[in-house]
Amino acid sequence: MPSGWAGHDDNPSSDEYIGRSLEGTRAGLGAARRSARSIMRRTGPIAMVFHACVTVFMLAPLVIVCLVAFTPENTLSVPWKSFSLRWFHAVFEHSDLMQSFWNSLGVATLAATLAVLFAVPAGIAIARHEFPGRQALNGLLLSPLIVPHLVLGVAMLRLFALFGARGSALWLTLAHVVIITPYALRLVVAALAGLDRSAEQAALSLGASHWTVFRRITLPLMLPGITGGWMLAFINSFDEVTMSIFITSPQTVTLPVRMYMIATESIDPMMAAVSALMVAVTAVAMIVLDRLYGLDKILVGQH
Amino acid sequence: MSFLILEGVSKYYGDFGALIDMNLSVERGEFISLLGPSGCGKTTTLQAIAGLTPVTRGRMTLDGRDITHLPVNQRGLGIVFQSYALFPHMTVAENVSFGLEMRKMPKHERDTQIAQMLKLVHLDAHAQRYPRELSGGQRQRVAIARALVIAPPVLLLDEPLSNLDAKLREEMQFELRRIQRKVGTTTIMVTHDQAEALSISDRVVVMEAGRATQIDAPYRLYEHPKTEFISGFVGKTNLLPGRVSRSASGSAVVLAQGQRLTVDAGEFADGASVTVCLRPEKLFFTEAANGTLAGHIEERFFLGSQWLYRVSSDLGELELSCANDGSAPVEEHASVHLAWADDVARLVAPQP
Amino acid sequence: MSKATNTASRWTPFALSLPSLALFALMVLLPLALTTLLSFQQYDQDKGVQSGFTLASYALVLGDSYYYEIFFRTGWIAALTTLICVLVGAPEAYILSRMGKPWRSIFLLVILAPLLVSVVVRAFGWSLLLGPNGIVNQVFQWLGIGQVKMLYTPTAVVVALVHVMLPFMVIPVWTSLQKLDPMVENAALSLNASQFTVMRRIVLPQITPGLLSGSLIVFGLSASALAIPGLLGGRRLKMVATLIYDEYLHELNWPLGAAIALALLVINLVVMLSYNAVLEGAYAKRMGRS
Repeated sequence: MPSGWAGHDDNPSSDEYIGRSLEGTRAGLGAARRSARSIMRRTGPIAMVFHACVTVFMLAPLVIVCLVAFTPENTLSVPWKSFSLRWFHAVFEHSDLMQSFWNSLGVATLAATLAVLFAVPAGIAIARHEFPGRQALNGLLLSPLIVPHLVLGVAMLRLFALFGARGSALWLTLAHVVIITPYALRLVVAALAGLDRSAEQAALSLGASHWTVFRRITLPLMLPGITGGWMLAFINSFDEVTMSIFITSPQTVTLPVRMYMIATESIDPMMAAVSALMVAVTAVAMIVLDRLYGLDKILVGQH
Repeated sequence: MSFLILEGVSKYYGDFGALIDMNLSVERGEFISLLGPSGCGKTTTLQAIAGLTPVTRGRMTLDGRDITHLPVNQRGLGIVFQSYALFPHMTVAENVSFGLEMRKMPKHERDTQIAQMLKLVHLDAHAQRYPRELSGGQRQRVAIARALVIAPPVLLLDEPLSNLDAKLREEMQFELRRIQRKVGTTTIMVTHDQAEALSISDRVVVMEAGRATQIDAPYRLYEHPKTEFISGFVGKTNLLPGRVSRSASGSAVVLAQGQRLTVDAGEFADGASVTVCLRPEKLFFTEAANGTLAGHIEERFFLGSQWLYRVSSDLGELELSCANDGSAPVEEHASVHLAWADDVARLVAPQP
Repeated sequence: MSKATNTASRWTPFALSLPSLALFALMVLLPLALTTLLSFQQYDQDKGVQSGFTLASYALVLGDSYYYEIFFRTGWIAALTTLICVLVGAPEAYILSRMGKPWRSIFLLVILAPLLVSVVVRAFGWSLLLGPNGIVNQVFQWLGIGQVKMLYTPTAVVVALVHVMLPFMVIPVWTSLQKLDPMVENAALSLNASQFTVMRRIVLPQITPGLLSGSLIVFGLSASALAIPGLLGGRRLKMVATLIYDEYLHELNWPLGAAIALALLVINLVVMLSYNAVLEGAYAKRMGRS
């Protein structure tokens, strides 16, 4: 039977998930040898070559960036002979860059937290209640996924001009909140949809008040979804550049915007070093996300 | 005075009656089963008693108290859900502890109660495990423990055995009964499995299309079904349409082909249409004689403890079962003669 | 047992949604409304933005060949990116779905993980690869093709866009593929269909909604991309996004920038709605609501 056919359970409960991730790793290591042969059996060699090319294509820019970051030369070159950390030092000594890093970190952390705080009640309303305007609300809260960040950027710029908000970190954060809330919302709604309602009914029947049920049953079971949502929101805020270019001011410049500015003026391996660091941060975030929730589940979504 | 009383309880969804005019009195300590096919209203009844569904009409009284409009978290009933509904993020002990925490019981008392209850359901070794680490049967016992530890006035079970495999189901039936007898809690169980209902209940409520059609002890229900449907639903049966014929010498039923069956026609009037119900185990093979029925074995099934025969005869196709007592069974395609005792035939009104 | 009685009040959902509604009204609806108004305002070279209603900005956008050229370029680059993503992404998703257990998750991650890396980093990576002394050119020289100018041409922009957009195509197609019953393919094979026929007549029709959905997303994102054309297209290769950037931050002609942005938004929405209509019509009937 083809292994893709999982059959019944599309939405395992959260605790099953943690168990499954660990299982998967163990099973994966064990089955690696068998699977190499099984890949060949299932798909022809042409397909394998094609797949290899796609894989190389997807990883190439990230790999090259990480390699060039270690070059001892003054120019962009691949370090064939020796490695050096000089450009990383340069990064940490570059005050503008470091300031931008802290800006990004601060904005992303605050924005992700706010996004989750907004998304959880809205998610509960959308997932659990029937009310007029529910579809419209859902559409509105997911709209930043459809409206180009470019358009949102200029629109925010206009808004900021109206409120004199250009240099304000808080307004920048709010703008980020709006952009990343859809990610948090989707995961919160999915977590609620996958929750076993009868556990809540059982708690009620045992004498719990509605608030106790929420606090001790619903929320803990939603937690992986909420945490996954936070992390995904964080990453998206940290990476965001298109909208941020328009609304950052010299005091609030975020890291990707700073990198864009540097890249359009002068390019040296320091840019590669920063990029390598960003890839490392992303890799860590990915591992944490996978442990918590299952990375493929988050990226592919619960359609 | 009955412990739990349902008076005229009904639940309508628009014009559709999921439960119509349920009247039931349950004694303290009784084990009642609500039995019927899907859609008969048995689950609706349970939900109404639990407080998970508001009733449209009627009254429910528990130990003298009117609970009709009480919300579910104030009724204090013990509920075992079909999916068990265990709290996946809590251990077995924490699951069982939850209801006691809601009742503000101090910790040392809670621990004692939990230990006792887990011992009762044979799960004391698994107290620190999580539901995902347990088998289906174990999870079910956790659900029972959690519902019983709060010493509820009534225990409600929603198809508790339907998720278990056949062998486990049988074991758990008796386990359930043992626990219930030991603790003495009034229990109401919903099931679609008639064997289950008959084996462990004190009384069975058979339901059809939202109404209770017969409420009786299992033996009485089986031996004296009130309708054709119940006769066929609870156990197997042979159904023979006919007409009552009363005369000075007694009553009889004239069957389709003109055969006469001597049978007590009870309250049926002369000439009334009836259906005769004959249970397969009440028929037996015999030598040809006056009053026996000639037949031909069409098919034979071996069921382990029984042999089931399909016999074609002048009365139509009949099912006959006899115990597997070690003697040789009758061959397929053999010619046989059937008979039964006069008082085993039951008369019911024909199904409209 | 089914749903619990909803003893919460009728106002609960409204109370729960109010905070987000307020935030989005302030940060999405209001800015878009302001921008729409802005696009109708007059702009004076010396005095800046004036009040007063005018369609001058739109006239410029729709009439002037400079802008038309940029829209056209953006359009064909986005379309080409979408096409390549379909041709590469769909087969890749299919190959992934046929893989054995541990590899499937690993490679899915490899394809999708770049989504979590900032587009600036990825664009920069491509500028390294496609530069005059980059790896690709070194390979070309080794092969005897000689140096090819890729950086600051549409080629670089398309390549980088495909890199960024590919996951957005793989995800919906992958999702569609997950819904396929592999036994159906086996049934077709048992009825003597060739592998190719199975692809064409069984698999393809069922993943078409995923393809359409993915194409929509890819086209929309490509048309509004800023960092990639900015870093890899150079000053002369303007696309809509870099154009808007210029108008807002260099020319300071905000009304014009607003008009272009809104034109982009409208085009996006129109394309999306028409595709949705196609989806609803053709596929809902045949495949049921997916």
